[in-house]
Amino acid sequence: MDFLSIVLGGCAAGMVLFIVSVGLSVTMGLMGFINLAHGGFAMLGGYVIVLAMKHWGLGFVAALALAFVAVAALSVVLERLLYARLYRAAELTQVLFTIGLAFVMTAAVTLVVGPETQVVPLPAWLRGQTDLGFLQYRTYSLVLIVVGVVLVIGLWLGFERTRFGARIRAAVDNRRMVSSLGVDVNRLFTVTFAVGSGLAALGGGLGAEILGLDPNYPLRYLVYFLIVVAVGGLGRVTGVFVAALLIGTLDFVLKIYFPKGGTIFIYALTLALLLWRPQGLFGRRGP
Amino acid sequence: MKAAHEFARRHRLQWWEALPWLAGIAVFFVFPNYLAFSTQVVVTILFALSLDLVLGYAGIVTLGHAAFFGAGAYTVGILAQQFNWNEPLSGLAAAALVAGAIGLASGFVLLRTHGLTLLMLTLCTMALLEQAANMGAAWTGGFDGMPGLSFQKILGLFSFDVLYFRSQYLYSLALLLLAFALVRTLVYSSFGQSLTGIRENVRRMHAVGAPVRARLIVVYTVSAALAGLAGGLFAQTTGYVNLAVLGLERAAGVLIILILGGYGRLYGAIIGAIAYMVLEHLLAKAYPTTWQLGIGVTLVAVALYVPNGILGLAEHFWRKRSGKRPA
Repeated sequence: MDFLSIVLGGCAAGMVLFIVSVGLSVTMGLMGFINLAHGGFAMLGGYVIVLAMKHWGLGFVAALALAFVAVAALSVVLERLLYARLYRAAELTQVLFTIGLAFVMTAAVTLVVGPETQVVPLPAWLRGQTDLGFLQYRTYSLVLIVVGVVLVIGLWLGFERTRFGARIRAAVDNRRMVSSLGVDVNRLFTVTFAVGSGLAALGGGLGAEILGLDPNYPLRYLVYFLIVVAVGGLGRVTGVFVAALLIGTLDFVLKIYFPKGGTIFIYALTLALLLWRPQGLFGRRGP
Repeated sequence: MKAAHEFARRHRLQWWEALPWLAGIAVFFVFPNYLAFSTQVVVTILFALSLDLVLGYAGIVTLGHAAFFGAGAYTVGILAQQFNWNEPLSGLAAAALVAGAIGLASGFVLLRTHGLTLLMLTLCTMALLEQAANMGAAWTGGFDGMPGLSFQKILGLFSFDVLYFRSQYLYSLALLLLAFALVRTLVYSSFGQSLTGIRENVRRMHAVGAPVRARLIVVYTVSAALAGLAGGLFAQTTGYVNLAVLGLERAAGVLIILILGGYGRLYGAIIGAIAYMVLEHLLAKAYPTTWQLGIGVTLVAVALYVPNGILGLAEHFWRKRSGKRPA
C-alpha cells in the first residue's frame, strides 16, 4: 500500500472514532459522569440501521437518520429516568451503573437479534472505487472522511459560534459558576447527551464496516473510545478530533504492518501522552 | 465518648468475624460436589480483597487491577511450563513478587494522577500487558494460553485433587485466611488510617505532612502482590492460564463484585464475591441465554438503590434498629 492510501484509510477509521467518541467527551466534561455505556449507544445505532434496512426496506441514509433519532430519544429517556439520579453519586457507583447498562444492552441485542455479527448492507453508490484523479480509492472510506469533516466543522461552529455552545464550554470549565448565572445545566446536559448518543449511533452504523457490529461491541471498543476522550481532553471537540485521527491512523497502520498485537503501541503511546499531559492534549488543567 | 471508645476498640476481633471461616469450612462438608466452584469463589474473594485495599481504603479508582492478577497467573504458568518449577508455594511467592514489582513500578509512575486520567492509565497498563502476553506466544502460549498445567503436592503432602477439588479448596481457603489477616492488620494500623485520610481529604493529609505519594505507592504494591497471589492461585487451582486472566472483563468483574459487596469494609469482598458468583451461576443455569440481562439489571438496580453495597445496606438497617433503642 502506498503512503496516500494508508493516510486515507487511517483518516476514515479516525473519523469513525471521532463520531462515536465526541459525545462521550462532551458529556463527561460537562458532568464528570464516567459513562461506560456510551459504546452501547453506538451499537444500538448500528442495529437500528441493520434492522430498518432489512425489515422495513429503508435506504441507507434514511436508516442513518432513523438511528440518530431513535437512539437520541432512547438516551433522553434513560438520562432523565436513570442517569440524572446518579449525578451526585460516587464515581464508582456511576461505573457500576453504566457497566450494568452496557451488559443490559448487550444481552438485549443478543436476545432480540442474536449473537452473530451483523453486516450493514451498503447501497450501490457507496460500494466500489472512486477515481480522485491521482488515486483510486474506496468510495465508502472517502465518504466517511467527508462526513467526518462536515461533522467536525458543524460541531466546531456549534460550539464556538453559538450561544448554546458557549454555555456548554462555560459549563465544562466551571459548572457551578454557570448555573449560578442562571443557566439550566441539567437541560444543557440532557440536550448534549441526546446529541452525543445520536452521533454515537451514527458512528456505530457508519463504522460497522470498520469496527464490525455484534453484541460485544460496547465493551470491546470501550477502551478505544476512552483513550480518544482522555487523549483529546474532556469536553474539547477539536481535541477529540485530533486524538481520533491520531489513534485511528495509528491503529490502521499497525494493523497492516503488525497484524499481531500491534495495538500495544497505541496503549504505550496513550500511557506516555497521559503521563506527559494528564489532562489530555487539549484539555485544560482542572481546578 | 462512646464513639471514641468504639473507635479505639474496633480493631479488636469480634465474635462474628469467625463466621465466614466457619462457613468456609462448612462448605467443604456440605457441598462436596461444588468445591471446584467454591475454590474459584475463594480465589475471587482474595482478588477482590486486594482491590479493596487500594480502592476502598486508599481511594485509588482503578480499572486495571486484573493486570496484577494476570501477572501472577502468567508467572505461575510460565514457571511451571517453561522451567518445570511446579512447587506450588514457591510458585505463589514468585507470582506475588512479580506482580508486586509491576505494581511498584507502575504505581511509581501512575499515582501522581487521579480521576479519569488514572482510570485510563491503569486501563492502558493492563491492555499493554495483555498485548504483551498475546505477542509473546513462545512463552505465554499467546491466544491459546497454557492449558494442562500440573503441580507438585502442596507442602509435599497433599496432591491436587482433579476430581473433587478438595485439597485446592482448603489450600485456597488457608491462603485467603492469611491474606485476610494481613489486610485486616494493615487497614487498622496507623498506616491504614493514613490511607483513609488520603481517601477522605488528600489536601489535608498533605497539609499535616503525611507522605501521601509514598503511602499510595506502598499500598498499591502490597495490593498488586496480593492480586498476583490470587492470580497464581487461579492458575494452580484451574490448571490453565489464558488471556482472559488480564482482560477488561476480569477487571470490571472484580470491581463490580467489590462495589456490590460494599467497598472499604473488608467483608464486602467476601459478601460481594459470593453474591455475584452464586447469582451468576444460578442465572446461567436457569436461563442459559438471558442470564447476562439479569446481571446487568442487578447492577443497575444496585447502583441506583444500594450504592454502598450489601454491607452498606446491612449497616443502614443495623443503625436504624439500634438507633431506636434508648441509649
